[in-house]
Amino acid sequence: MATEGQQHPIKIYFLIWLLLFVFSFFSYLVDYLDLQGNLRWFLIVVFMLLKAGFIVAIFMHMKWERFALIFGILTPPLALVVLMFLMAIESDYAWSTRVVYMGEEVAKKPQPPAHHKKAEEGKDH
Amino acid sequence: MTDTSLSTQESILTSTARDWSSDMTTFKGVPWGKAMMWIFLLSDTFIFTCFLVGYMVMRMTVTEAWPVASEVFALTVWGVSVPLLLIAIMTFILITSSGTMAMAVNMGYQRRKWAVFWLMLATALLGASFVGMQCFEWYKLIAEESIRPWGNPMGAPQFGSIFFMVTGFHGLHVSAGVVYLTIVAIRIVRGKYDHTNFEIVEIVGLYWHFVDLVWVFIFAFFYLW
Repeated sequence: MATEGQQHPIKIYFLIWLLLFVFSFFSYLVDYLDLQGNLRWFLIVVFMLLKAGFIVAIFMHMKWERFALIFGILTPPLALVVLMFLMAIESDYAWSTRVVYMGEEVAKKPQPPAHHKKAEEGKDH
Repeated sequence: MTDTSLSTQESILTSTARDWSSDMTTFKGVPWGKAMMWIFLLSDTFIFTCFLVGYMVMRMTVTEAWPVASEVFALTVWGVSVPLLLIAIMTFILITSSGTMAMAVNMGYQRRKWAVFWLMLATALLGASFVGMQCFEWYKLIAEESIRPWGNPMGAPQFGSIFFMVTGFHGLHVSAGVVYLTIVAIRIVRGKYDHTNFEIVEIVGLYWHFVDLVWVFIFAFFYLW
């Protein structure tokens, strides 16, 4: 069995390289523009998954591997997704017991960073 | 591009079942070193994800305010506080190092040893500068903002412990990668891999891209969240 190396045109690496820069810049922009709420979480997760996907598929050559390897490596992490959901449900419950039964006070929403405060003050006038 | 499937007539499920039921080689056409690196990275994925899930549990259960990331990690440049500046630079450095690593893999399969050597060395240097910046970041957090694993002046005391553990574990991976890259780069120019297809460069590349991959998640969850 010949062990073939992964050889691909260099152009695709440059393209992915550029895309990673662009996505990183956008996710940085999400923070800089101080987007909040669901839009913020959505954009952060989308850019994160896009970057992760391109790194695994192109830089780590998963796209061109034999299916036995793709399947063997990419299915076990699904267990981690299940773990994440289970722990999220559990944490929600733990938080509510701390607040409801242990009488802990819920902290106020943290103050926005200084550079955003100035912008908001400006808006009021 | 190489066609790695044995027969185009077989369906993907049939060929996979055949791969896994063969007594000898499961991952056909994949060098054993590469298969082992993938399995190691899979186990590493479990470790990092368990850390990140632990972080999620902490953040969801604390009743105190979590420190505001873009304030904690802000850098003051010429009197202006820029949020996440250092982290942005670190992110771009790591992406750049992933790019030079991909180039090295490409050069490796063309058997251009010195190109591989210099590209891998560049990757290692970028990785080392990443670790250097992380040291600077930790120094600032510990000495100037007095963040400790057991408490900090900004809010929830859990922040320090989980932050230092996860970024520290990632920094350790980057440091190990720098050593690994340097050793393999030197061995390549000394002709230790001349009898092979230079798949070692791709194996090192897998490890390095994985380090970048983990940073993508740390960047999103610790700095932007």
